[in-house]
Amino acid sequence: MTAVASARPALRHRLAERGIDRTLLLLVPGLLVTACLFLYPFLYGLQLSFAPRQGGVFANYARFFGDPYLRDTIWTTLGIALPATFINVLASIPIAYVMRGRVRGKRLLTTILVVPITLGTVLTAQGLIMYGGPAGWLNKVLTVLGITDQPLPLIHNYTGVLLSLVITGFPFSFLLTLSYLSGIDPSLEKAAATLGANAVQRFRRITLPLLAPGLAITFCLSFVMAFSVFPSAQLVGDPANETRVISIAAYHAAFEEYDYSMGSAVAMLMAVIMLIVIGLVMAWRGTLYRGATGGKG
Amino acid sequence: MTFEQLRLDGVSRSFGSANALRGLDLAIARGEFVALLGPSGCGKSTALNCLAGLLPLTGGSIWLDDARIDGQPPEQRGFGMVFQNYALFPHMSVRANVGFGLKMRKVGRAESRRRVDEALRLVQLTEHAAKFPAQLSGGQQQRVAIARAVVLEPPVVLMDEPLSNLDAKLRLEMRMEIRRLHQTLGLTTVYVTHDQEEALSLADRLVVLREGEVQQIGTPEEVYAQPVNSYVASFMGYRNLLDLTVTGAAGPSATVEGAGVRLTGANRGSLTEGPAKVAIRPEDFVVGDGAENALDVTVEIVEYHGRELSVSARLASGLPVYFRTDKRLAPGDTAKIGVPAERVLVFAP
Repeated sequence: MTAVASARPALRHRLAERGIDRTLLLLVPGLLVTACLFLYPFLYGLQLSFAPRQGGVFANYARFFGDPYLRDTIWTTLGIALPATFINVLASIPIAYVMRGRVRGKRLLTTILVVPITLGTVLTAQGLIMYGGPAGWLNKVLTVLGITDQPLPLIHNYTGVLLSLVITGFPFSFLLTLSYLSGIDPSLEKAAATLGANAVQRFRRITLPLLAPGLAITFCLSFVMAFSVFPSAQLVGDPANETRVISIAAYHAAFEEYDYSMGSAVAMLMAVIMLIVIGLVMAWRGTLYRGATGGKG
Repeated sequence: MTFEQLRLDGVSRSFGSANALRGLDLAIARGEFVALLGPSGCGKSTALNCLAGLLPLTGGSIWLDDARIDGQPPEQRGFGMVFQNYALFPHMSVRANVGFGLKMRKVGRAESRRRVDEALRLVQLTEHAAKFPAQLSGGQQQRVAIARAVVLEPPVVLMDEPLSNLDAKLRLEMRMEIRRLHQTLGLTTVYVTHDQEEALSLADRLVVLREGEVQQIGTPEEVYAQPVNSYVASFMGYRNLLDLTVTGAAGPSATVEGAGVRLTGANRGSLTEGPAKVAIRPEDFVVGDGAENALDVTVEIVEYHGRELSVSARLASGLPVYFRTDKRLAPGDTAKIGVPAERVLVFAP
């Protein structure tokens, strides 16, 4: 027996060989938090959505898709979230491109760009109202200068929500894009230049293909943030009509009609729609080159 | 594009108040292989980037015969460049990497294919054409980088320490490969390195740089045998650099003394008196009695180098002396060594 035992490495070593050792205990707090704060509420909500106040198991979902007032919130939300995400991601590319090297005033500009993240949606909405409202600075100036004879409708409509999503979402997508871009070895573009590629060709053939997988991730995260828009749709939007987004519908069901089951169903549908969009983007990402980009990561 | 001469005329580059390169004058003939040699921070890579057009000059000009080219962006200059980290496009196959320049130049598909095949055959990577850079070894990646640069048959190929990321054995192989390519294609090459052995073995002409200034320009033989100052000497393997004092000078020779030694050597600094730096190669010492410039040393450290030993010893005054010998010495031994006067170079300090 002892001979056999000594021939085989100790159990602890064999487990360690498969990546099982005491450091795995470090995962416990994270797993607990995930289980308590995400998994449990999610599963609870899921089962709740299949237990409607009246009707069969799928009654909530049938009601959502049967009622244009509810169903159309999907398109309203996508109509705000997709353009906002596209604007954020596309605008961050050129700015990050300029900012990735050593630029004078880089830190100041980065700080200014990042401040909106720290402000939170409510403060941003407040600022937007003061600045862009009918009696805000912008409209006052425009009226005084005679550029417009009546205030531009910038808030309490679609534009207001879009502006709010861009202000709060852009810094986030900018920072992500900047970090992906910094991970691309600058000597690749230099090499392309010595091979005869001009600035446009260098961007199109070298930088963009290497950046695209990162842009896909940036797009997904920005989209998720924009899709769950609620405060700005309420505060600077037109929550009864133009910006009646899906989260407002969920809120309405849960906290005004006190139909938690229906609210859960809408929330589940939100998740499904987000997953569909993310799935599509990630499927596209799967067709791209995703290996090393040679930079400092 | 053929030309007779690539000329650098007072090429300077400063970064803020730091001068990375000060007034580099250099004329390179077509087909020549020139190595820029120096330690890191000597301005050799700056010079190369200026030549490629990746770095604008802050002074001077660059000429290809009668055409001034320092205002042209790199894509118009069309010099091939091999980067230290290879800079292969990771999202493209080997074939696409090599063909990239041809594509940018709108070379037809059949022609492009033929030239890529030829370049790949030249660097012996034909069977790896469909692979991606990440699937290749360091040496293979380097070959792709070279093929990518030479497939365009550029007027000038610039190489920025291309071998420094390879292991010793591979470095020797690739060195020969680069030499062979230069002999086959005859492309004008500017090669940057900090390794004097690499520079000596590859180049037709060497440019030794120090803190942005040219120290010496010459053939490998000239720079190796006739370094112009103690800095170049130290770079060319003159490991013994002694601070001594000139006590006499007669014609081409000088006598130096100090630290209990008295040596006669070649006066390379037109010195008559005062401090001097004396440079002697370890392999120029001979062990035994009766040699010129005899010294008594005590052996401290012995390194085995196959046929020879590399010995670190001390004079009675404590001054270290390095020499090579095929005699079997051991630490603690005392030995008499000497060196011919013409192998002792006396420079200004």
